[in-house]
Amino acid sequence: MLLIRCPYCGERAEVEFSNGGEAHIDRPADPMSLSAEEWAQFLYMRDNPKGLIAERWRHAHGCNRFFNAIRDTRTDRFVVTYEIGQPRPDVTPEQAAEAAR
Amino acid sequence: MERFSALSLAKKALGGHLGWKPQWRSVEQPKKAYDIIIVGGGGHGLGAAYYLAKQHGLRNIAVIERGWLAGGNTARNTTIIRSNYLFDESSSYYEHSLKLWENLSQELNYNVMFSQRGCLMVAHTVHDVQVFKRHVHANRLNGIDNEWLSAEEAKEFCPPLNISPNIRYPVLGASLQRRAGTARHDAVAWGFARAASDMGVDIIENCEVTGINRGPDGAVTGVETTKGTVNAKKVAVSAAGHSSVVLEMAGIRLPLQSNPLQALVSEPVKPAFPTIVMSNTIHAYISQSDKGEMVIGAGTDSYVSYTQRGGLHIPAETLAAICELFPMFRRLRMMRSWGGITDNTPDRSPITAKTSVPGLYVNCGWGTGGFKATPGAANLFAWTIAKNEPHPINAPFTIERFRDGVMIDEAAAAAVAH
Amino acid sequence: MSRSFRVPGRGRVNTRRPVRFTFDGRSIEGFEGDTLASALLATGTHLMGRSFKYHRPRGPISAGSDEPNAIVAVGSGPALQTPNLVATQVEIYDGLTAQSQNRFPCLQFDMGAVNNLASPLLPSGFYYKTFMWPRNFWTKVYEPIIRRSAGLGVAPTAPDPDHYAFQYTFCDVLVAGAGPSGLAAALAAAKAGAEVMIADETAEFGGSLLFDRASRIDGLQTADWVERTVTELKAMPNVRMFTRTTVFNYGPHNMVALNQRMTDHLGTPDPATPRERLWQVRAKQVVIASGAIERPLVFEGNDRPGVMLASAALTFLNRYGVACGRRAVIATADDSAYRVALDLIEAGVTVAAIVDIRPKPDSELFRKVKAAGITVLTNSTVQRAHGSQRIHSVELAPVLPGGDVGEGKNYRCDLLLMSGGWTPSLHLFSQSKGKVIYDADLDTYLPGESAQAERSTGSCRGLYDLGEVLADGLKIGTEAAKDAGCDGEIDLPLWEVTTDAIGRGGFTGALPRRGKGLTAMAFVDYQNDVTAKDVKLAVREGFRSIEHIKRYTTTGMATDQGKTSNLNALGIASSALGRPKQQIGLTTFRAPYTPVTFGAFSGHERGNEFDPDRRTPIDPWARTKGAVFEDVSLWRRARYFPQPGEDMDAAVARECLAVRKSVGIFDATTLGKIEVVGPDAAEFMNRMYVNAWTKLGVGKCRYGLMCRENGFVYDDGVVGRIAPDRFHVTTTTGGAAGVLNMMEDYLQTEWQDLDVWLTSTSEEWAVIAVQGPKAREVLAPLVDGLDISHKTMPHMSVVEGTIGGIPMRLFRVSFSGELGFEVNVPTSRALEVWERIWEAGKPHNMTPYGTETMHVLRAEKGYIIVGQETDGTATPDDAGCGWAVSKLKKDFVGKRSLALPAMQDPDRYQLVGLYTEAPQEVLEEGVQLVANSNEVIPMNKIGHVTSSYHSATLGRSIALAMVSGGRARMGQTLYVPMEDRMIPVTVTSPVFYDAEGARLNV
Repeated sequence: MLLIRCPYCGERAEVEFSNGGEAHIDRPADPMSLSAEEWAQFLYMRDNPKGLIAERWRHAHGCNRFFNAIRDTRTDRFVVTYEIGQPRPDVTPEQAAEAAR
Repeated sequence: MERFSALSLAKKALGGHLGWKPQWRSVEQPKKAYDIIIVGGGGHGLGAAYYLAKQHGLRNIAVIERGWLAGGNTARNTTIIRSNYLFDESSSYYEHSLKLWENLSQELNYNVMFSQRGCLMVAHTVHDVQVFKRHVHANRLNGIDNEWLSAEEAKEFCPPLNISPNIRYPVLGASLQRRAGTARHDAVAWGFARAASDMGVDIIENCEVTGINRGPDGAVTGVETTKGTVNAKKVAVSAAGHSSVVLEMAGIRLPLQSNPLQALVSEPVKPAFPTIVMSNTIHAYISQSDKGEMVIGAGTDSYVSYTQRGGLHIPAETLAAICELFPMFRRLRMMRSWGGITDNTPDRSPITAKTSVPGLYVNCGWGTGGFKATPGAANLFAWTIAKNEPHPINAPFTIERFRDGVMIDEAAAAAVAH
Repeated sequence: MSRSFRVPGRGRVNTRRPVRFTFDGRSIEGFEGDTLASALLATGTHLMGRSFKYHRPRGPISAGSDEPNAIVAVGSGPALQTPNLVATQVEIYDGLTAQSQNRFPCLQFDMGAVNNLASPLLPSGFYYKTFMWPRNFWTKVYEPIIRRSAGLGVAPTAPDPDHYAFQYTFCDVLVAGAGPSGLAAALAAAKAGAEVMIADETAEFGGSLLFDRASRIDGLQTADWVERTVTELKAMPNVRMFTRTTVFNYGPHNMVALNQRMTDHLGTPDPATPRERLWQVRAKQVVIASGAIERPLVFEGNDRPGVMLASAALTFLNRYGVACGRRAVIATADDSAYRVALDLIEAGVTVAAIVDIRPKPDSELFRKVKAAGITVLTNSTVQRAHGSQRIHSVELAPVLPGGDVGEGKNYRCDLLLMSGGWTPSLHLFSQSKGKVIYDADLDTYLPGESAQAERSTGSCRGLYDLGEVLADGLKIGTEAAKDAGCDGEIDLPLWEVTTDAIGRGGFTGALPRRGKGLTAMAFVDYQNDVTAKDVKLAVREGFRSIEHIKRYTTTGMATDQGKTSNLNALGIASSALGRPKQQIGLTTFRAPYTPVTFGAFSGHERGNEFDPDRRTPIDPWARTKGAVFEDVSLWRRARYFPQPGEDMDAAVARECLAVRKSVGIFDATTLGKIEVVGPDAAEFMNRMYVNAWTKLGVGKCRYGLMCRENGFVYDDGVVGRIAPDRFHVTTTTGGAAGVLNMMEDYLQTEWQDLDVWLTSTSEEWAVIAVQGPKAREVLAPLVDGLDISHKTMPHMSVVEGTIGGIPMRLFRVSFSGELGFEVNVPTSRALEVWERIWEAGKPHNMTPYGTETMHVLRAEKGYIIVGQETDGTATPDDAGCGWAVSKLKKDFVGKRSLALPAMQDPDRYQLVGLYTEAPQEVLEEGVQLVANSNEVIPMNKIGHVTSSYHSATLGRSIALAMVSGGRARMGQTLYVPMEDRMIPVTVTSPVFYDAEGARLNV
């Protein structure tokens, strides 16, 4: 069971959280102006990376806040968690190597 | 190919079994070029190679596998085979597969131990009953067997089932597909490998695809691998949880998320469980293998992961459900557990289709239900590759259905996990 | 007979406490502290089980959890007989009953042993090559036979009466294994101030120190040192110690699972004590001290009872005081077996010979053994062990230059001990995702770099010298504590150690033998009957990956999971493939380390505690009224209230008529409720729901419909505007949590510009629906002067007030089609309000009704239930709710998807009503519809029935259905194909009753 650092509450067990899929996929400001293809890209297409992923979590059985995390999907090791609205933080090569270990 | 039979076994026994030959040719180094490269040496990929050779006369084929043959989800599932899906699109796909299963041992001359033990899907709520009856009627009109059993009839079919009204979610009834069953998962892949290899297909293990090459017209020209460049007119990806990773090499994004799925077996016991039981409401999936192990499917973790493991709380929940439905199994013991990587689409239905890149094909998105489709998906994928157009059965299973809003959403329709 | 193999003065069993138990019905006496295996061995019994495939007679080869052969059933009766327990782990108590398994009719004479005669026909994978003809014989004939002969023990057939516990905890340092390195590590970490947990799978701490008589620590016997150390640990408040507790799973982020067996060793356990407890421990640091397992040697007859591991014989002798035979031969490739020889001789056992596969073994022990005058044959091998149910002799033969084996000589013996060296237990390390590394010196795999906050110590990392092991434990324990943030001053002990039993040497693979051995059975995996030939056959047939070899032969897949066999299988595969072992690798180590009871995982989640059982405050009242309940998500809801002699249909008909004619009372508490508050509340609602909200007046209600972004209906419910900045939102019972999640998701992650607060009020408000023409008459006197006349409080309005002084939100809404109110009151006061309304309703013959009547009433009105009419593939328009979708809003969740051409297709399934031709015929919910009654299977289905009831109000049946292009089919006749007949139905409007809504507006 993962140990996840909620930016508001600190480290908690995975059972307190629910995963919200890939992060930084902003809902288009004006969906009706999008082509069907563009809309499908937003709605369904995902990077699904093998490596570092930016993803959303919600501290469902805690503060109920959403936040973002960067995690290596090959190891499930987290690099960082951060608040919604913040840009995706840069990951140093050292951090990436540590997460991949 | 030397035929397998009791007689050949007896003859070989006289020679101390020294006379057996490799079941398939293991090709260390791929040729420079093939007509078709299949990326992924699981049941689906090996089967596609088999059907391309057998039914379409295409034999200049390589199956390229990153690790050991059939070491992915083919080796990691709970071997349930059924076709009682709700929508015509899905039920005809899975029924196509089920029919192939029914003759697969003979077709491949390899006993895949397809055991039509029936599959009971247990209803615990009034809503479950409505949904399952909808399935039963829809299946019947499609000529697919599926019947409704009362709780008592379900218990008669599966005596260990607890139908006491005094449990948290009493059993209200069940649907039963008698033709459903289980099979020996490794054997399917090995049987396909043996038969495909015999027809000239090259099977290359420990060879990872690192790139997809395309010509000036955008069409596929081959792949880069850890064993060098291999050219091909067509490249067909059948890489399950790694489909996104491989297709990304050609710049294609897929509507996929790769999640861990766990399963486990008990220690072997004498026959104690005659069928397959699935409960979607309380998440329990169980059958007994020929060896005597109770084979139990647990749930998926919700996050993307390629680690082939998940949290222990997931199988713990499943075992709690199993012990509710079968309280006599509470003293059985978990002997072995493992994880796989499932590739899930938003509508939980697969993709077996051409891609936007000429010469590039994909068969993925099988989520938790790919094993049952092995011969069917292989067969239709082969058709799609050979003819460069889908068979009518897999025609709806495109990538474009998400753009067009014509999903095949079994899960939403039925709250049914595959 | 009994106790005849006991060695006086040896062992840790309590000879003053005899214990009587039965094995296969035979009454046997052992001592407190014995395992089943040691007690049986003490009577000279080696035969304890039969193998899986060939049903060969088997005795224990080990003394621990790695035992593959001595697998028994313990306990009696259909509920308690527990299969597949390991006799070397089962602790005896007075009255214990044990049975052998996988034999018929008895252990000594097993008909299944015919398989052994047929073994040439049953090599690895034989079943893939046969049983294919005739086709239908597989399921009917072959498979049942295979299944009956497979399996080991018999599963219980009655529910397990025992209970189990499940617990989460934390610690700084978790030590897995309490042998010398584990104890030393725990001591060091604890002295540094760390919160320490230490667990061992056996009944006593100490590991190898409990049977090591030769070594001394600080001049103490090793067992005395253990006692001193354990006493010291026990005295420390920061140490938790667990015996009979297996660390079986090492998960991500240092979450480690332990299985503690609490009562199986007790004859009369306290019923309050759980049988087992499963611990999930989040450890800052983990120390793996899992030890090493001795490897068997692979030669013909290596499975005969009386052949066992040298360390096992030493354990039985020194820990249990049992000599496993009177005349032993020892076959070894490792120095440590020489110590066993010396201990055996000291205990009076004759050592007929030692055979060492190595050309020139040399060690202090070797010299001691030579000095004791024992015959040692070096550069020699075991050609074959003779005997059936017990070994009686063994042929030892020299290995010739070039690898052939010369003529041998038979040695009489009743015990053959083997040592192929030591295999470090890498299971936990490997589960932690650490990569194992091949060590050429030790010819085995060792832990490589740690992947998690973990360290291995002692023999599980290839250290076999006791002095080194203890020093390593101290060092590793200190480091672990430091990394866990505990760097207190440590006064580390300095132990003086003398020892001679250092495991050096080893052998993997099959021993050399004379001749081809085509019929020789030399076992690699004992329990699964996998022989060296089988592994070679797999390689011959092209299975080159070790994972393939494992799967084709099933080696390593028995209940012991290959603890004693994996390295030998690798060795044989390596020579068959002509590739070095390190290029082949090991198979994945899969959890659990040893089997773990299902019940331990399920813990307290059984019966009613399986899932939370949500009940409304009205539940006790409904129970006293004899309600029949149904499960709706986690809730228990009253389905109907039968009166004596009534079935559901009769009760529902009565309840329906009562509501239509007078008044009914219904508990709607399970509806989800969300308070949406803030300056931007209306804008938020506009974006979330398909409806328009800006113009909804305060005190007014509106039916709200919510889609997902894919355009399909997700939830619905009435929404009341309490204030300009405050909405009272209701959701479906099952959808409550999901709707709030979805709202929070958009609010927190997409629309941070909106100033809105969301609060779940589902638990705060209980909802009492009063429905029927007399509803106002019942309520008006109770609502503390509130004017609830039609004029001031028309249909779809909401007002705040009190009812008998209790705060209330009163909605005038109807899901029945009648004049109706929903009284929202604080949950804590709901029952008293309910009873007050109930009293007031008596003059009007007020009738309580349940969900079934609620369904019928709403179906008569054509009101949908999300999840019943809709199923996740229906748009608002499909569900007949196109009217609710705002055409003016620029955007809302789902709008873009609803604009796709496929969503506008006129052939989409649309909500309609159906009348059966025969008015009393009630269709089954879920039946399909076809247009052409003459079609044959496969039929062209054009829809299905979603709801179907007998309507007492209309005196006939009604049904709702989703039909392709349904609204254009009004008046058409369609057909419901049943198995035996076609039922004609007429398509009609889904509103069957009071289409103009006159009854709502009174």
